[in-house]
Amino acid sequence: MIIGLTHYLVVGAILFTLGVAGIILNRKNIIVILMSVELILLSVNINFVAFSHALGDLTGQVFALYVLTVAAAEAAIGLAILVAFYRNRGTIAVEDINSLKG
Amino acid sequence: MAAVLFYIFATIMIASACVVIFARNPVHSVLFLILAFCNGAGLFLLAGAEFLAMILIVVYVGAVAVLFLFVVMMLDVDFAELKQGFSKHLPIGLGVGVVVMIELGMVALGWVSAPTAPYAAASPITPDVSNTVALGQVLYTKYAVFFEVSAMVLLTAMIGAIVLTLHHRPNVKRQRISDQNARTRDNVIEIKKVPFRTGV
Repeated sequence: MIIGLTHYLVVGAILFTLGVAGIILNRKNIIVILMSVELILLSVNINFVAFSHALGDLTGQVFALYVLTVAAAEAAIGLAILVAFYRNRGTIAVEDINSLKG
Repeated sequence: MAAVLFYIFATIMIASACVVIFARNPVHSVLFLILAFCNGAGLFLLAGAEFLAMILIVVYVGAVAVLFLFVVMMLDVDFAELKQGFSKHLPIGLGVGVVVMIELGMVALGWVSAPTAPYAAASPITPDVSNTVALGQVLYTKYAVFFEVSAMVLLTAMIGAIVLTLHHRPNVKRQRISDQNARTRDNVIEIKKVPFRTGV
């Protein structure tokens, strides 16, 4: 059986769905929300690499590299904000983060 | 063989992604996130993206996941309390998941590629150089600007993370080299005239 583009796309779609569902299911725990975002970005990368493989074009892999860079930066900044917030408030529950609410 | 490996990697990756979402303990979530990334790297290898697979292991497993692990273990949070709304959000979460899955399934299964698409490649993959060499040849020439922009993004992230987490506690004695260097004889030594047999 030949593994084609569609197989990769289906795997990416399932992973993307799991990431979106994880954001909704773990609404209180911002660490798991960040991990779900990482899962979503991984599924996007799988799509890029699969299309790059199927079309014989290296641009998809280059773009996946940028997605990886931005994901690493986003995780670092997000976790730094989390640590700073925990130091100030002593909690990381998402619904307690409402000081900016008008 | 490649098909068997593909199914193994895909199954383990999706199963561990499920555990990431449903685990009670965030430490387990992080560990299964690492497993998902490793299997994603396996999928990249099967798709011929060796360099990206290795970068995925190095960056995600080596840096991002360990960062998550540090934060989860460093913050003293009652995670059982954070898990409470889980069953309340379960129907809406599953509903949104099913809708997204159906939409993505319609997109992923119901499209056709243009017949000229393989000939329109911006930077075609040639079999005579390895994946890493080919990626370097386009990354440093054609996409050099984007490469430098991503370097700036990483620099900004590094500075931002340091600025966000650095804080100076009051009442902590620390060495200030500029103050030390600025000391002169005139402003630190005071000469007192001591009278005879009375003291200062």
